[in-house]
Amino acid sequence: MTRLELKTEGEAGVIVTRRFAAPPAQVYRAHVEPALLQRWCTGPDGWTMPVCISEPHPGGRIRFEWSDGTAGFFLTGEYLEIDPGRRIVHVERMHLPDPTPDNRVTTTFTPDGTGTLLRLVMQLPNAEARAAMLATGMDEGMEASYARLEAQLEDAA
Amino acid sequence: MSPLDSAFAALSDPTRRALLARLAQGEATVQDLARPFAISQPAISHHLKVLEEAGLIETRVAGTARPRRLRPEAVEAIWGWMSEFRREMEARYARLDAVLDEMMQEERRDDTA
Repeated sequence: MTRLELKTEGEAGVIVTRRFAAPPAQVYRAHVEPALLQRWCTGPDGWTMPVCISEPHPGGRIRFEWSDGTAGFFLTGEYLEIDPGRRIVHVERMHLPDPTPDNRVTTTFTPDGTGTLLRLVMQLPNAEARAAMLATGMDEGMEASYARLEAQLEDAA
Repeated sequence: MSPLDSAFAALSDPTRRALLARLAQGEATVQDLARPFAISQPAISHHLKVLEEAGLIETRVAGTARPRRLRPEAVEAIWGWMSEFRREMEARYARLDAVLDEMMQEERRDDTA
């Protein structure tokens, strides 16, 4: 029930859907309250989010800073529309340290039985920006995939 | 070989994966692509030919220049199950499941207090 679905839409869109056991009010809070965001939006294994600014009102700031103790990167953005418990529209960009193209994200929280269907619609400025976002870490990701594939083949042999 | 087989074969080489990662940031000429590598331009051209035959990249004609770029369909076919992007989102939402579970337990405690 909780499987993540990822698909592309049109030239430069990405749609992510995921079900959660908790009702929309809780899932929404976990997306906007800094103390909650810092518990799950922590980045790759071994990283934490020591700085989290989230001002959930139109024009409110977003700033997430991640650290592994030595290196770091951050994300900035702004909230555009807020419908508490139902819908968030915001824009965000990563700083690596050069800023990535703006990603406009519409997040909706829909009741689904006793849980929530979460849907993210990401709109990048063009196909190239989308390919770059989706290919982030592609090289390391492929290495890991090959390692897993090799392990499976060895098990099967 | 099926298109997927030839894509996997093309991706089995670390130089070709590095070339794809570079092209994910935008189109580039053979000269641009060869610069960071300690191998010759003809060798880079050979790798690009393998990638193009596997349907992963394409060549654009721009005057006398022939910049290479990723084919978006090819990237999408691969990232669906391989990308770090997807795995990171899955890991993040698994952590959110745990946070939501704790939030609901706290609420139940408050209700019965």
